[in-house]
Amino acid sequence: MNSDAIAQLRAGNPRAVARAISAMERGGASAREIVTAIFRYTGRAHIVGVTGAPGTGKSTLVNEIAKHYRRRGQRVGIVAVDPTSPFSGGAILGDRLRMQDLSGDDGVFIRSMATRGAFGGLAAATSDAVKVLDAAGFEIVLVETVGAGQNEVEIARNAHTTIVVEAPGMGDDIQAIKAGIMEIADLLIVNKADRDEVSATVAALEMNLNLKPKAENDWRPPVLKTIATTGEGVADAVEWIGKHRAYLEANHLLEVRERARCRAELELIVQRELMARLLRGVNGAKIEMLVEQIAAREVDVYAAAERLIG
Amino acid sequence: MTDRPIRVLVAKPGLDGHDRGAKVVARALRDAGMEVIYTGIRQTPEMIAEAALQEDVDVVGLSILSGAHRDLFPRIVAQLKQKQLDDVLLVCGGIIPDDDIPAVKQMGFAGVFGPGTSTQDIAAFIRAQVAQKRGARAA
Ligand code: B12
Ligand SMILES: Nc1nc2c(ncn2[C@@H]2O[C@H](COP(=O)(O)OP(=O)(O)OP(=O)(O)O)[C@@H](O)[C@H]2O)c(=O)[nH]1
Ligand SMILES: [Mg+2]
Repeated sequence: MNSDAIAQLRAGNPRAVARAISAMERGGASAREIVTAIFRYTGRAHIVGVTGAPGTGKSTLVNEIAKHYRRRGQRVGIVAVDPTSPFSGGAILGDRLRMQDLSGDDGVFIRSMATRGAFGGLAAATSDAVKVLDAAGFEIVLVETVGAGQNEVEIARNAHTTIVVEAPGMGDDIQAIKAGIMEIADLLIVNKADRDEVSATVAALEMNLNLKPKAENDWRPPVLKTIATTGEGVADAVEWIGKHRAYLEANHLLEVRERARCRAELELIVQRELMARLLRGVNGAKIEMLVEQIAAREVDVYAAAERLIG
Repeated sequence: MTDRPIRVLVAKPGLDGHDRGAKVVARALRDAGMEVIYTGIRQTPEMIAEAALQEDVDVVGLSILSGAHRDLFPRIVAQLKQKQLDDVLLVCGGIIPDDDIPAVKQMGFAGVFGPGTSTQDIAAFIRAQVAQKRGARAA
């Protein structure tokens, strides 16, 4: 990307933004060049993660939340992640289907992303796509994860505010959620509040929160009810995103989170880079040979790894 | 630079509610290793062009069984041009009478696929066309 394209990206030109995100997904030298060019313009957006089990209404909710920010005149970038099929390498990216209200608005940019084999609920390039939107002047960036279970908690490291979306009548899933993604929630939203069993779900979540000992100045995630299909309760949710932001600022936690995020990202990039360099240095045959030896129990995995690295 | 998966927008323009074919094609292209952005029914020409732009797709695939292609296709093509998306591969399917096919191709649709087409043929066609476009761009 030349400096003209970077200028267009900074001005929010959709084509430049779209191309830059594609470059991020492709990775390599051109992605790195773009990050270098835009990095100092990042760090301004408030990044909101939206996660939760499949079908709980994340996309519909993102659509409604974005509409609220638009009414306030804030520009909204959206990254919506769906899983890549491990069999074909293809993906159906269907989140955009629920965000049709946002079409025709220059103040909104929606990008669908496939995980392309990454674990944790996001794609490897998601955080770089967020950087692009941030540098392009989108003040709010909403990131929808894949339909998440217990381990898809990567979003918490990437967002300032993490919303975990639940739906009534998921029964035992509440149990599962306790162990996993509930811990990363800054806001808990029980969507589909038009359904039966809402109060039971809310009570279960509240009870779970009460089990956690509360430290002074600790943030207690609110448990909110929404009906994303009508927009009911969404104004309140947006209000709470603002409160959470204010809380982070008042307690200097934005800096803490930002540093944790930077550290995690740095470590990840170092890991990826070292791995790439290492694999460039060894020939595939050597790895295959070691795999054979491990399978035959002639060499243990640690010793084999040592031979590759050392 | 590694080649990225082919990205395809599958959309149904207009008020036509026949979405079975579009879904079948979307799934088949996913199974052929492509990333399919499925936006479903009731898409205006503006929505289709906007999605194609933001998603930076290689292919725009339209499905229409209502007969409204005569009116809608030119408007979609115009919207894509306006957004400088002249480079995307255009394909379509559904009920397009034989008599209309020359005009549809004239508009810029590289492939027109009617009822009964094997989805493998569709995937193969797209793959070959995109490879050609990418090759031309790299050269
Ligand atoms: C099933 C069907 C319905 C179902 C639709 C269910 C659904 N959700 O899709 C129902 C019963 C709801 C329905 C309703 C109507 N239908 Co109807 N329906 C059909 C029927 C029998 C089959 C369509 C189908 O699903 N085929 C199976 C799929 C897999 O095939 P396909 O869509 O053709 O897709 C293939 C290719 O075309 C191609 N393809 C399709 N899309 C794409 C996209 C891309 C990108 C690519 C590359 C390829 C591709 O690949 C696919 C795989 O081979 C057709 C007749 C026919 N034989 O086509 C009539 C037909 C389409 N219907 C017709 C009509 C008139 C109607 C109604 C108006 C009837 C009425 N008066 O109420 C309503 C309108 C509904 C609406 N809201 O739009 C007419 C349309 C006439 C026209 N175009 O001039 C048809 C042709 C019947 C006829 N001969 O009169 N219908
Ligand atoms: N009754 C009811 N249905 C809702 C509500 N919110 C969303 N839905 C419906 O729930 C279904 C799934 O909604 P999505 O927004 O696609 O859910 P999602 O969590 O993004 O789904 P994935 O991305 O596939 O994990 C759709 O049919 C929505 O219309 C709600 O508040 N009430
Ligand atoms: Mg979704």
